[in-house]
Amino acid sequence: MNALYKHRLFWPIASLLALIAINAIARPQFIKVTVRDGELYGALVTILKDSAPLMLVALGMTIVIATRGIDLSVGAIMAVSGAVALTIIDGSGSPDNLATVLIAVVVALLVALILGAWNGLLVTVLGIQPIVATLVLMLAGRGAALLITGGEITTVNSAPFKWMSGGYLVALPVAFLIGLLAITIMGLIERRTALGVLTEAVGINPEASRLAGVRARGIIWGAYMVSGILAGVAGLIYASRISAADANAAGVFIELYAILAVVLGGTSLNGGKFSIAGTVVGVFIIQTLDSTILFLGIPSAQSPVFFGFVVAIVVVVQSPRVRTALGSLGGRRRSRGTSGPSTDTVEVAR
Amino acid sequence: MTATMARSERRTGAGPSAFQTFLSRHGGMMPTFAAVLILLLLFVGAEAFLRGDFISGGNISALLLDNAYLMVLAVGMTFVILTGGIDLSVGSVMAFTGILGAKLLADGLPAAIAVPAMLLGGAAIGLFIGILVQYFGVQPFIASLAGLFLGRGLAFIVSLSSIRVEDTSLLWLQSERIWMGAWYITPTGIIALSTVAIAAFVLHLTRFGRTIYAIGGNEQSARLMGLKVGRAKVLAYVISGSCAGLAGLILTAYSGAGYPRNGIGTELDAIAAVVIGGTLLTGGRGYVVGSMIGVFVYGTIKSVINFMGAEQSWMQIIVGALLLLFIVVQRAIVARSEGRR
Repeated sequence: MNALYKHRLFWPIASLLALIAINAIARPQFIKVTVRDGELYGALVTILKDSAPLMLVALGMTIVIATRGIDLSVGAIMAVSGAVALTIIDGSGSPDNLATVLIAVVVALLVALILGAWNGLLVTVLGIQPIVATLVLMLAGRGAALLITGGEITTVNSAPFKWMSGGYLVALPVAFLIGLLAITIMGLIERRTALGVLTEAVGINPEASRLAGVRARGIIWGAYMVSGILAGVAGLIYASRISAADANAAGVFIELYAILAVVLGGTSLNGGKFSIAGTVVGVFIIQTLDSTILFLGIPSAQSPVFFGFVVAIVVVVQSPRVRTALGSLGGRRRSRGTSGPSTDTVEVAR
Repeated sequence: MTATMARSERRTGAGPSAFQTFLSRHGGMMPTFAAVLILLLLFVGAEAFLRGDFISGGNISALLLDNAYLMVLAVGMTFVILTGGIDLSVGSVMAFTGILGAKLLADGLPAAIAVPAMLLGGAAIGLFIGILVQYFGVQPFIASLAGLFLGRGLAFIVSLSSIRVEDTSLLWLQSERIWMGAWYITPTGIIALSTVAIAAFVLHLTRFGRTIYAIGGNEQSARLMGLKVGRAKVLAYVISGSCAGLAGLILTAYSGAGYPRNGIGTELDAIAAVVIGGTLLTGGRGYVVGSMIGVFVYGTIKSVINFMGAEQSWMQIIVGALLLLFIVVQRAIVARSEGRR
């Protein structure tokens, strides 16, 4: 029991279960999953389906944050990738052709990859702070997306493209399966190879890892490229959901929610140790909270207040001061590893 | 600033190395000079290629009028960035205080109550962020993110739609024009310029201001020197919040209404203006006057784009590109000064 309590994912999972329990008590139909024509429906399935874009973006963000970086440009990359794909489909004249859609998807993802590589270039080669380096693309990217669509909202009716967000495969929403695929690939690459450990090494101490022979530059660069391409996929799913490329609305604030999901999942913004499972739980917490707020009948415009308080509570609970206080209350609870002087030295090293 | 520039020219005449001496002594000022240069180039370019009356009293006065709120935001942001922090909340705090003021006025309260309430509302959110940053060790980015969500949500709680302002004293801030030949200035413009002046005074001539620079230079050293680091850091966020409140007032007067969707993304504009004005995002270096220049550069690009009839999307691309240019220049300067040490 004690080991369970100490596990780093204990609090995130506990909060998620609590949220689901509250919802289930308030409205029993929340946990009901129905099968219709071999496809699953229900509030929980909707949460799984709708969480896909945030899931993809947050996964990329986890890796970037693990290298001590941050990627603010993901929303803009989403907008660009959606704009590229829909402009190609719109211009082709045969929107229902599978080959057209495939070409559009591949080109959009390539563009997203290039944008991610650009971020990585600024951070690694030019040595610019990640916040600032990605701020450039965050500002300029949305403008570029608007230029691609000609300043309009490109709408498209394409069945294969729509399938990405609305379709079902083996009874599960395709969007969720895409997210699941990304989680699996990331989990395998980061945890079944040495890459995850190397990423953490770079994040914990870039200088020491360089001296130890870790090629930090390549790892950091790769992290931004992964974040870029995942944001590209997220942009495609978003565009597919609304059947349109809305450069102004695609992925607005998603960088903030993604960072929130990563932090909720217990990954520190100081870089280093990261948890993909934590991020997944964090995304589900956010999506469930969103659905709860909607259910309570609060206008969705007012929901940021709740997120504001959630962020504040989470970061205060995670802060060294409160941890130390809690640690002294609970006697011999661990307080060394997470608190202590490490935060100060990290700031200086940055 | 013009005085220092003039002195540098005189020294250049005196000896071959004088210019280099100046450069090495005032390396931190270079980005700000570059911003002035870009502003002048923009003015001259627009005058020569676009229209003959770009450099005119009327146009430059309008520039100040249109960007007064951004200037006040940039001043507050400069304080925070100088400490090495960042404040993402200013755009939504501005929206919150704006709609709050409009609501109070619509409920029949006098401006004498509504205006202080706006400033206090902004200061309160700033205090909230500052306490999170200083006493709970939360990163400024995340703490102000909480402030951003909070401000935006509160704005929508006050009202879901826009509220017109009928109060004459508030509208007077915008409608009153004090003419000086072809130039004019509105009370909002005076507020913006005096905010810059007061901030410059505080930053350069008071103990608190020097503490801000010291924190940005090296927080540990500042603390060991016995400076009141904690108080100064919290105050920087309170100042930024109050400035956002003031900007809310100016924007409400400017648009004649409070609107909860105001200022989405404005925090990025403010950060961009501060960076273009030569303040390093790592903290400790920069000038509030530079931030003012940065706002003028931003405003000029905007009006040039408007005039050319180009799509507004170019605005984002150009500001992004300028930001990149300045960051690379700053990076080079920092690398040089570190190399010398």
